Amino acid sequence: MFKTKDGEEIFVIDGHTHFWDGSPQNQKNVHGKQFIDCFYAYHSNLSPKEWLWPKEKFEKYDAQTMHDDLFVHGYDDMAILQSTYLSDFYKKGFNNIERNYAMKKAYPNRFIINGAFDPRDGERGLDQLRADAEKYHLKGVKLYTAEWKGDSKGYKLTDPASYRFLEEAEKLGIKNIHVHKGPTILPLNRDAFDVADVDDVATSFQNLNFIIEHCGLPRLDDFCWIATQETNVYGGLAVALPFIHTRPGYFAHVISELLFWLGEDKLLYGSDYGIWTPKWLIEKFMAFELPDDVAKETGVSLSLTAKKKILGLNAARLYDVDIAAQKQKLTAPLAAAS
Amino acid sequence: MTVASGPYAGRTSEIWDRLHHVTDPELDESVTELGFVTSVEVDAIDHVHIQFRLPTYWCAANFAFMMADDMRAAVSALPWVRGASVVLGEHMYADKINCGISQGLSFQETFGSEATADLSEVRRTFLLKAFQRRQEALLSQLMARGYTAEQLVTMILADVQALVVEKEGQDLVGRYLERREIVGPCSPDAPAFLSAEGRRVPAEGLEVYVRGLRRVGVNAEFNGALCRGLLSARFDMTTPLPERPKMNPS
Repeated sequence: MFKTKDGEEIFVIDGHTHFWDGSPQNQKNVHGKQFIDCFYAYHSNLSPKEWLWPKEKFEKYDAQTMHDDLFVHGYDDMAILQSTYLSDFYKKGFNNIERNYAMKKAYPNRFIINGAFDPRDGERGLDQLRADAEKYHLKGVKLYTAEWKGDSKGYKLTDPASYRFLEEAEKLGIKNIHVHKGPTILPLNRDAFDVADVDDVATSFQNLNFIIEHCGLPRLDDFCWIATQETNVYGGLAVALPFIHTRPGYFAHVISELLFWLGEDKLLYGSDYGIWTPKWLIEKFMAFELPDDVAKETGVSLSLTAKKKILGLNAARLYDVDIAAQKQKLTAPLAAAS
Repeated sequence: MTVASGPYAGRTSEIWDRLHHVTDPELDESVTELGFVTSVEVDAIDHVHIQFRLPTYWCAANFAFMMADDMRAAVSALPWVRGASVVLGEHMYADKINCGISQGLSFQETFGSEATADLSEVRRTFLLKAFQRRQEALLSQLMARGYTAEQLVTMILADVQALVVEKEGQDLVGRYLERREIVGPCSPDAPAFLSAEGRRVPAEGLEVYVRGLRRVGVNAEFNGALCRGLLSARFDMTTPLPERPKMNPS
């Protein structure tokens, strides 16, 4: 909960968090090492000095640390735990759903867990998705289209197999599809970060919401164009938001473009924990004002209302969170441990 | 960056100069300014040895190949160069790319079944983005100077070449003209401002058109900042943060 100077309470739902194990013990090969190293470079490059972690903590942190960083030191009220497998890089997966579920069991009122699917897994993957949906009451999944699998270096949302999985997700009541566009999709001659497939599936699956993590970065320009034409495409702010510290000027430009093209109802805050932590991100975001020249140029404003939507109201709508009821649960004496 | 010295100092700096004109296709910035090139050596038999690195292990293989290939071509164009090696370090496809470049293979020959075509399409996509970004910078500058939409859309290339502007404006003009041919013929009486599709830009709605272009520039600048940051974090460099490039009047 973030309290404004006027005492107004802002309910915060963190749209993108991870409980990963990137430690050397879990790494399968050099790619596993390079993957967590790359995350660590994002962390070191964009975090304020006082929030830098040692490499060991970054590779693997415990549940208590994560809980405290999000909800005790940070301002998150709830957080969405994303599942990412990367089974070709990590022995037990990077952050598998069982690991996330253990976290959820420890702090039931705090976490929403999202599953994952990979269209390349075929029938087995569909069965797994059905089982996960039932067991974990999934309302969302995270897709990592750049995941390596055997000879495959990724897939597109427009692949026929992706359609089968999205149809199944819709049947199972999984309505929020978080998409992380990463690099290295074959064939190598195409733009590895192309977001055009989002356009296609968003049109085909009108009942699903597509939350494009990192706002389609590094293809923000193409993403904005697609998102303006689709009512069910959202932008997740992870990676864009931390620029608020090192490069507030760039952040101002990016957020103003997003507000202009997508609007304040279509943006979701996400810390991308453990890459960054909510405490400093939210303090800086709440204190942030668009510079006059940027506001004038785009004609948008980052008002308190917009901030409230971005920080929690939009995610609450997508995940059917009754904020008043949730607040009560969190403040009830029994929830004190949470 | 190695300091040029010894008997081949002049030649080494000639190489750096050529490399300066090679751009990262995605960022539309020089590979030397980005800090990608780590070493340039010219040996006794006029062979050039270039080493470079990228911000992450995962940087797109096609762009990595393009930069390597462009660097090789740029330095090989010097009449005295008798051979050029370009070596990429610490990248998921480093071995393949280095092998392909050293044997003078094309992209497709290098990657075989992992590629279904050459790089012309992706190259054109990013040249167009660079064009749009450069056009936006120039149009915004001119609009800030009071040019009306009507004046801008009726300008021909000769008018742009004749613009009297100071150094900064001159760079914008030069950078724009460098990419203008991608969208249409460049005779002096050709329209100065065409869209990426090669159509005339209409006076009505020019501001909306420019706003659309602005996204491309914001994205590229953001990526440039991210790439520089990741490069310095990865290689533990203490790179001073560059100022926001003076592309836009804002």
